[in-house]
Amino acid sequence: MQVRVQEEDFDPAEVLAEKLPSACGAVVSFVGTVRDYSDASDILALEIEHYPGMTERELRRVQEEAARRFDILDSLIVHRYGNLGPSERIVLVAVWSSHRAAAFDACRFLIDVLKTSAPFWKKEITPAGARWVTDCPGCRAGTRHGHVHPDVLQES
Amino acid sequence: MLHVKFFASIRERVGRSQMELPWAEGMSVAAALQAVEASSGVALRGQHLLAARNHEHVTFDEPLADGDELAFFPPVTGG
Repeated sequence: MQVRVQEEDFDPAEVLAEKLPSACGAVVSFVGTVRDYSDASDILALEIEHYPGMTERELRRVQEEAARRFDILDSLIVHRYGNLGPSERIVLVAVWSSHRAAAFDACRFLIDVLKTSAPFWKKEITPAGARWVTDCPGCRAGTRHGHVHPDVLQES
Repeated sequence: MLHVKFFASIRERVGRSQMELPWAEGMSVAAALQAVEASSGVALRGQHLLAARNHEHVTFDEPLADGDELAFFPPVTGG
């Protein structure tokens, strides 16, 4: 298992070739890229901030969880930070396994969990100015969830 | 002593990326947040806020130890 948090771009084909366990059977990879639009505006660039130390630790934790849940041989996460333009690569998640089902399932699990737990934050640079991307699944669902709201804090 | 870090919109709101706070026996994350608000003069309770202690996600009732690294940040948006 490997985690790379880096500012520079990466070539998915090269990265996968470096890691490829020979004749393992299945490799599934996901590459996330910068969109040139969001809900309300054109996107000129993204600034991605992270928490050095915690980010790597959290990504490794998610990988360990995937290894427990799925019958996989290996996994890799590469995630960039810094200033990224439209169409640039942000993240690569790759999983190696003997059979395709586990590789697909684990790859989906890794990217989905990464998005809700790994400390990265995106700021969109638009023609009208910069704004932080805000997304709180718990708020959308209207349920009690993993972060504290004003009313919850006042209870303590 | 507690080493407190701020990220993303919370860092901008507080106006700094880190501060040190005196630690007290029995102090929770919620108590540390109150101390941050008192020290910075910035209210954070209206924000969507997450906390981490020594690089692990924690809830606000988590007790703190002397020397801990504590972080406050908004919900994450990576990937």
